[in-house]
Amino acid sequence: MLKNYEDLSPNAIDILKEIGNIGSGNAASALSEMLGKSITMRVPDVRVLDYQAVIDELGGPEKVTTGILVLTHGDLEGMIMFLLDDSFAKVVLSTFLGKDNVNVLEIKQDMTDFSAVVEMGNIMAGSYLKALGLLTNMVIDMDVPSMTVDMMGAIMNYPMIEFSEVGDKVLLINDGFEIDNVSIKSNIIMIPTVDSLNLLMEKLGVTNG
Amino acid sequence: MANMITIGIGDLKVCRAPDVLITYALGSCIGICLLDSVANVGGLSHIMLPDSTASTNGPMYPMKFADSAIPLLIQQMERLGASRSRMKAKIAGGATMFTTTSEKFNIGIRNIEAVKRTLMQNRIPIMAEDTGLDYGRTQVFYTDTGVMEIRAAAKGTKTF
Repeated sequence: MLKNYEDLSPNAIDILKEIGNIGSGNAASALSEMLGKSITMRVPDVRVLDYQAVIDELGGPEKVTTGILVLTHGDLEGMIMFLLDDSFAKVVLSTFLGKDNVNVLEIKQDMTDFSAVVEMGNIMAGSYLKALGLLTNMVIDMDVPSMTVDMMGAIMNYPMIEFSEVGDKVLLINDGFEIDNVSIKSNIIMIPTVDSLNLLMEKLGVTNG
Repeated sequence: MANMITIGIGDLKVCRAPDVLITYALGSCIGICLLDSVANVGGLSHIMLPDSTASTNGPMYPMKFADSAIPLLIQQMERLGASRSRMKAKIAGGATMFTTTSEKFNIGIRNIEAVKRTLMQNRIPIMAEDTGLDYGRTQVFYTDTGVMEIRAAAKGTKTF
């Protein structure tokens, strides 16, 4: 039995990396379809890191970031979170609503803007989880996403506290894409509960973690 | 010259005036600033959770929990010559960063309650607070003046 991410063998981490790879590829193509624009994807870099390293890597605790949180249920209990830079919300709002130069910090004050960005998160999370479900033969449900635009450190309080039993480390999928020559940095954090992590390893045929 | 001392998540530090204590991006966590302005000793604790007795990790990480971190902070300040009866508190944080369907996730509110309860048990008055709501805060505590400065991404800087 695995107790947390730190117990994962290099082999298991490789498999998780591959899943992260496929999942984020699916999320990006869903985004591309919705926006009706072609997307150039970067090859994701997937690592298991501790929270402090994630925060430092993504620009420090005060870096303003769009965080979209999705809680998952069914065979995979846990959460995934998208951490996106300002250009994501800007591209979504200019494509869907024709709004340019939006102040990302004010999205929460405008219900239409807010819903549009949450909906994109919803679609990306849905296609990510669908890919993961197909690969692992797991039934995965998800809640409606919750979103905020705020300091990275404050956003990360949520997984650090709610999933503290899984340990200090998380799976960080650092990918990125380009839409209309605008480069968008995107990061996905995936945290299954300890039980679900064990089931995931079992479904993937990893016996010794 | 005042030193700038950074307090990480689930950590605490004490100092003598005029050093400045800073903790970054409190979400549902809470930063507790204590000051004895006669002894010129200050401290800041950045807690993550309300109750160490509810967690199996409680005894291992006392600085993460409101109920165990605050007494530790008081003790360390006393070692520098502070007196509990003169200590005054300013607190910030305890936000609800994400609205989720599950009520157990409302950790911000529970943190605020636990911090206030523990301070009251130790008879330390709260002189100012900037708590709750839905946004992150960086907290800077100037131990020479007792001023607590709060920076928020969308709200600018406020002093307490």
